[in-house]
Amino acid sequence: MSKRIDVKDLNVYYSKFLAVEDVNISIEPKSVTAFIGPSGCGKSTFLRTLNRMHEVIPGARVEGEVLLDGDNLYGPGVDPVTVRSQIGMVFQRPNPFPTMSIRDNVLAGVKLNNRKMSKGEADALVERSLRGANLWNEVKDRLAKPGSGLSGGQQQRLCIARAIAVEPQVILMDEPCSALDPISTLAIEDLINELKDDYTVVIVTHNMQQAARVSNKTAFFNIAGTGKPGRLIEYGDTHTIFSNPSVKATEDYVSGRFG
Amino acid sequence: MTDTLTPVKKRSALTKGQLPKWAPYLVLGIALVLGAAVLALIGFNALGWGIVSAVFFAVGLVGWSAAVEGSRRAKDKLATCLVVGAFLIALLPLFSVIWTVLVNGLPGLTDPGFLSTSMNGVTGAYDNKSVEQGAPVVGGIFHALIGTVLITVLATVISVPVGLLTAVYLVEYGDDRPLARAITFFVDVMTGIPSIVAGLFAAAFFFAIVGPGTKTGAVAAVALSVLMIPVVVRSSEEMLKIVPNELREAAYALGVRKWRTILKVVIPTAISGIASGITLAIARVIGETAPILVTAGFATSINYNVFSGWMASLPTFIYTQILNPTSPSNPDPSSQRAWGAALVLIILVMLLNLGARLIARMFAPKTGR
Repeated sequence: MSKRIDVKDLNVYYSKFLAVEDVNISIEPKSVTAFIGPSGCGKSTFLRTLNRMHEVIPGARVEGEVLLDGDNLYGPGVDPVTVRSQIGMVFQRPNPFPTMSIRDNVLAGVKLNNRKMSKGEADALVERSLRGANLWNEVKDRLAKPGSGLSGGQQQRLCIARAIAVEPQVILMDEPCSALDPISTLAIEDLINELKDDYTVVIVTHNMQQAARVSNKTAFFNIAGTGKPGRLIEYGDTHTIFSNPSVKATEDYVSGRFG
Repeated sequence: MTDTLTPVKKRSALTKGQLPKWAPYLVLGIALVLGAAVLALIGFNALGWGIVSAVFFAVGLVGWSAAVEGSRRAKDKLATCLVVGAFLIALLPLFSVIWTVLVNGLPGLTDPGFLSTSMNGVTGAYDNKSVEQGAPVVGGIFHALIGTVLITVLATVISVPVGLLTAVYLVEYGDDRPLARAITFFVDVMTGIPSIVAGLFAAAFFFAIVGPGTKTGAVAAVALSVLMIPVVVRSSEEMLKIVPNELREAAYALGVRKWRTILKVVIPTAISGIASGITLAIARVIGETAPILVTAGFATSINYNVFSGWMASLPTFIYTQILNPTSPSNPDPSSQRAWGAALVLIILVMLLNLGARLIARMFAPKTGR
């Protein structure tokens, strides 16, 4: 239940502005890949092109290919909705639906698409997803309560449960811990470690220790200056990137000399 | 124990001179007495007494404060006086209106049969009899109440889908396109249309497509819709705009289609604001007189059919009762009925406003702590 992603010669634009230039990368299934780099270097923008969330922004477009197990996401006739149901996403700030209960939030992907499901199946899916997000024990007695009543860390895990409830192939995480305290961060990192047994996980992070802790492979993005496009500088095993990078800029960044 | 702990009352080095707590009350008392004295010289009246006393109070308190507390505190007191004064001036007409309508309207409202009978068959003879022989005032507003409710409901049924869908287009699909900008412009223009023009438009429109002299409740409902739609569009648009984009993206990321996202996530999140906006739009048009007069005419009998025949409504009822009393020689019963109808209208608007608050609270996203 996980697929590989190959990106070929990808350019990402906001209207005429080239935001990310010429990215080639292969993301392995059942592994955690981390994107690191200074602010504004295009890592989040690039991440959003992997499930066609980029084009939600008016004027945004993409050139190049993103292959999910060989199928181009940007091929003619590909429905972005199909793409997004296979590649889930967790955002920087926890965003449970405020009008829905915890249970309905987990079932949102099913219910909003009006897929029919018996109560037994739904209950099983809720429990499976919440257990998968390490949240079941904390919320099992208050599934009917609104999701916005949970703490920030719990809300973020609720969003992860919501994402895995639609059973995607890949989970994208855009700085999932940047709004959380260290304990909630630890809970999410443990969860990421478990998720990689079933899913392809891609995570954007500003926290280099986090990238070192959770990821198998790391990609370093950088930007030559304001107004210039972001580029993929170096991609390799996390261990190599952090201990023996081949590019000077990567070494400077991971050792904290800039950015 | 050292004596530093004993509660010796010593002035703190951090405070300056302060007016005692009772200072405002003392100044108010003096101002009232002085005001009464001044007014006694030129002829007493309550309104003048209030104004003169207020001026004395402000001058006295600010002057005293300036002498004891310094200029900054005095300016603070002056600003407080101005703010409270403005507040009282704003409240004065409101209370005055409610009081007048209550006093004049209660006799009509408490009249038996006022809410349950129409003016059908009520002639000047009955009014003359009630004035000359003390018989009870007959006739009521049931037909007008029915008309107001039916016309307003129909206007709401027309305006809400049009207005809400326009707002959805502007916020979710408009993207600042020329069409969206044109719609926004015309909605702004529509907001400023005088109500009589809306009435004439609806009348002319139905004259053209149905036939000359078409006056029914439905025509009035169309006229009111012209007034309501821009209000509904504006309020719904504002409410949809404040739904965080993150929620839309969260739904998209789950593989939910755009129209389902709007229907199941965006609108439910904004529904409390939308619903209260709609209720306020209804409250805004329910008291319109001119457009109803030219589109539905005025009737004295009960008419449940909005698609045929003239129809009464509360505002037109008030208007005709005052302008053309049922008995020209004894207009008092008519004006009593008009005031009663006015009271009912105000109560309706108040209930709608209360309803808007209830709806907003009922639909508001729950925090659930």
